[in-house]
Amino acid sequence: MKKLINDAESVVADALAGMAAAHPSLRVDVRNRIVLRASGPRPGKVAVVSGGGSGHEPLHAGYVGYGMLDAACPGEIFTSPVPDQMLEAGQRMHGGAGVLFVVKNYTGDVLNFEMAAEALAEEGIEVASVLVNDDVAVQDSVYTAGRRGTGATVLVEKITGALAETGAPLAEIALTGEEVNARSRSFGIALTPCVTPAAGEPTFELGPNEVELGIGIHGEPGRTRTALEPARELVRIAMDAINDDLPLSGDVLVMVNGMGGTPLIELYVVFAEVAAYLRRKGANVTRRLVGNYITSLDMQGFSVTVCRLDERLTLLWDAPVETPALRWGR
Amino acid sequence: MDTRFFAAWLEECARVVHEQREYLTRLDAAIGDADHGNNLDRGFTGIRQALAENAPKTPGSLLALAGTTLVRKVGGASGPLYGSALRQMGKALGDAETVGLAELTGALETGLQTVRRLGGAEVGDKTMVDALAPACVALRRAVEEGVKPQEALSRAADAADKGAKDTVSMQARKGRASYLGPRSIGHQDPGATSTALILAALRDVAVSWAEPGAAGP
Repeated sequence: MKKLINDAESVVADALAGMAAAHPSLRVDVRNRIVLRASGPRPGKVAVVSGGGSGHEPLHAGYVGYGMLDAACPGEIFTSPVPDQMLEAGQRMHGGAGVLFVVKNYTGDVLNFEMAAEALAEEGIEVASVLVNDDVAVQDSVYTAGRRGTGATVLVEKITGALAETGAPLAEIALTGEEVNARSRSFGIALTPCVTPAAGEPTFELGPNEVELGIGIHGEPGRTRTALEPARELVRIAMDAINDDLPLSGDVLVMVNGMGGTPLIELYVVFAEVAAYLRRKGANVTRRLVGNYITSLDMQGFSVTVCRLDERLTLLWDAPVETPALRWGR
Repeated sequence: MDTRFFAAWLEECARVVHEQREYLTRLDAAIGDADHGNNLDRGFTGIRQALAENAPKTPGSLLALAGTTLVRKVGGASGPLYGSALRQMGKALGDAETVGLAELTGALETGLQTVRRLGGAEVGDKTMVDALAPACVALRRAVEEGVKPQEALSRAADAADKGAKDTVSMQARKGRASYLGPRSIGHQDPGATSTALILAALRDVAVSWAEPGAAGP
């Protein structure tokens, strides 16, 4: 498998060096593996910090900037970062108003962020966490580690980041993050597996006419495998799963996300089907995103995230944002 | 068993994990996210470096340093689980300069409790607990029977190995593999497998130290 890398061992560090060179608005600490706003902490503002395995670009480092994250902690490929990274990020971006961690519900992320939260609290820094668990492909039961955090992470980071910018207190921002999560659902479908630089081969085998339904974002297989169908049918499967869990009506935000290896033309095909589905359900698509926002290396496929908006969340979504990967209104 | 014995154990762990990293990653690719071998290899390489820079005086401080290093280097779920377990084992051993089999057994049981508390997993969930728990049971029984350390640790390693193999038929209920539901059946759990390797390393070091001419454990 061909990869544009120097060495499988140094992929994350080399990519961070590239981010630093490409985005002067970021301060990238390659040694400590953290990406910070170059403007530094703002006194009286809650610092919004996220992180997770690398390989999901632009998540999370691509969302560091005005109106979104204060810092991101990239782990190794598909591996959660370590507590030292979040601790360092929290210390450096703390503006006196506390730190909010946005955490995807994966065992490793949860454990490492918990350890970092304890360490920050020991230093007298107030910490709150929002756990994102929007993936309806996971049956929410005692038999799993709970629903995974996927596409809604982007929404939670944007909306909590916008609220933090207004100087809102930590508790209110955390509650709002939980509300965004509660109003959001996602479902992902893979056409191909992905290839991690270290393994150099596909994480699983998928026949030429097969798709995986209900994937997460780590190249892991989904829940079931089925024959490749037209986009309309795949979208129906994804949207039915979402709608069964959270009946879709009223104003909604839709994100059609590419997994890294799918061209935009296919994502637009998918978006047309998603929009038609929602129209049939009587929901109004008032905000939308189409593109690669939370990826899985070079995997082909897509995920759909739907969030039921209200007026307040819509305003926060529309608030200015200026990051490498998301930018409007400023 | 003194500080040098435990240093030899960690050294053997580092060697075995490095040798088996592709095997562990392959197991993980089937039901997880294909990084377990590389992550543990990074962690144990870090332990090697940490021990080269510091020379802890007691088995307890040695294991605590190793645990902290794993938490700092590994990430994922295995970093906090293995790292905290080693750290709590180190604490359990206290300041003692040498450790008997009973103390080591108690420390391993503390490690098991730590893993259970953090990961919330029980026997049968298809996790490292499925190797660690039977090893602790076998070790406790051996202590009660008063067998020699190398024999006791052999039984523990065998129990861990059997526990790891038994995960093949289980459906995962914790960790990344749980998302696969019934599709996780038929694959050996990578975490249970690495636990079995670590306990086999403990046995191998105990056996080689017990050989004539070697410093006894």
